[in-house]
Amino acid sequence: MKCDLCQTEKATVFFSQVADGKLQKVNLCKKCADEKGVTDPTGFALADMLEGMGEQSQTEVATLDSEEPSCPSCGFTQSDFKKTGRFGCADCYHVFDEGLDGLLEAMHKHTQHVGKTPASFPDLPDLPDLPDLQGLQDIQDISESVSTPAPPEETEPGPLNKLSELKKALSKSVEDEDYEEAARLRDAISQLESQIRDS
Amino acid sequence: MRFSTLLKNPAEWMRTPGPESDIVITSRVRLARNLTGHPFPGWARKEDRLTVMEEIRLPLESIAEMKDSFSEEMTKLSAIQKQVLVERHLISREHAAKGIGCGTVMNRKQTISVMINEEDHLRMQAIRPGLQLLAAYRSLDQIDSTLEADLPYAFDHQYGYLTACPTNLGTGMRSSAMLHLPGLVLSEQINQTIQGANKIGLAVRGLYGEGTEALANLFQISNQNTLGTDEQEIIEHLNRVITQLIENEKNARMKILEDRPTMMQDQIGRAYAVLKHAHIITSKEALNYLSMIRLGCDLKFVPEEERETINVLLTEIQPAHLQISAKRNLTPEERDILRADIIRTSLNRLTPPDFSTILNDREIEDDE
Ligand SMILES: [Zn+2]
Ligand SMILES: [Zn+2]
Repeated sequence: MKCDLCQTEKATVFFSQVADGKLQKVNLCKKCADEKGVTDPTGFALADMLEGMGEQSQTEVATLDSEEPSCPSCGFTQSDFKKTGRFGCADCYHVFDEGLDGLLEAMHKHTQHVGKTPASFPDLPDLPDLPDLQGLQDIQDISESVSTPAPPEETEPGPLNKLSELKKALSKSVEDEDYEEAARLRDAISQLESQIRDS
Repeated sequence: MRFSTLLKNPAEWMRTPGPESDIVITSRVRLARNLTGHPFPGWARKEDRLTVMEEIRLPLESIAEMKDSFSEEMTKLSAIQKQVLVERHLISREHAAKGIGCGTVMNRKQTISVMINEEDHLRMQAIRPGLQLLAAYRSLDQIDSTLEADLPYAFDHQYGYLTACPTNLGTGMRSSAMLHLPGLVLSEQINQTIQGANKIGLAVRGLYGEGTEALANLFQISNQNTLGTDEQEIIEHLNRVITQLIENEKNARMKILEDRPTMMQDQIGRAYAVLKHAHIITSKEALNYLSMIRLGCDLKFVPEEERETINVLLTEIQPAHLQISAKRNLTPEERDILRADIIRTSLNRLTPPDFSTILNDREIEDDE
């Protein structure tokens, strides 16, 4: 595979980034990766996403001029986010939540928190229902479009079975140090998980 | 606790060995938390930061674990004192640059350290020797649960703990281990290893974070993603990868011993010679040779007790520690001289490496 930037060297560094709201794989050679400063994948992805958001807010600024939306609690604006990559206060997350999911998906491969919850927040979020038949259909579409090694053919593996199989395959590939395979499986798992969640 | 007391005691992790501590130097876990109703520190006015600091300090200092802690505002620390804390991995370089309304609290053993108003209102860290990520997390989790009763944490059911930077959303947890990987470096497998880790969502950095020069063959490996995976799973994933890396490192060392034993002898012997006899030595040179002596300990060419000495030296030869021990500012040239003096003194008991086990290949094979 050739490097996306110089188109001459062999690509050895692989990253995901967002362009036009879509998650894209970027393949770079060692030299271009160093030049772009992508030794830190988070920083790189963040920079790209900020550019994406920047274009958006620039057009807004052009048409709305001084009416750029700001956080009522702290006065933070989207341009400020573009400059710093940080938000102004906790409320900003709700003021600027448009497009946030795409950004989080690219950063974390997930958009829903799981894990510790403070005791003073007892309400559980709506847990994803088990997928219905429509969900099943979607899962199958997904599993066809994802190039994972076909698990032993079973009759219609449920999405949750499929998920646990993928996870097993993932730990095995990590053990075998087949990182490329692991990366593929990881992507497949997160796609499947978000599919299950959204169904 | 006073700063001088803090200084006199090397951090607990330097003195006590932990699981896998031949290859894993330390395990660290940090949690990011913010309070509702106040802007994040980077967007806050002085008064806001001061209010938040006051709000946090009292409940934090009254936790049993933090009894007799070192607790100070950043403005009350000198540049060199702040640098000492950075060199001990107790605060970040960014925090060292902070001023009014920012603070640092750490316990006596230096196993728990908290930065107030770094990038987030609270950045709490637990550090343990060897591979003990889960233990480190549990100790921090307890403190966090005590604090949440007193402090109104900013939390959201979808995004989890709300942090200034969206890269920390969710658990707000970064877990990392410092690994000593000379075998993978000498056998030129390290870049491949780093890229492999990147591909499965882990970051690899050098000794002091971002500016990733891999001094002393030390590498920090940590999780990148914090949203969508719970704390235990993040740690288990990291643990599995680290266990594999330990295996790879051991194999790399064995392979070098089999294929190029003379090269290995030369590296360790040369490190011994320089460290025992140099009178001027830069930080970089010293760190890289200390790494080789540590490797010598692991391979039993050098007495194992020296590992603790090396651990302490890794920190003691850093610029701010040198200037504290000299009790004055030193030019870089003066530091290189003092560094060589300290190393020669610390290693004065060190006898030449004993390579008799290599000389007979058979023996190594039999031992396996
Ligand atoms: Zn290129
Ligand atoms: Zn705000």
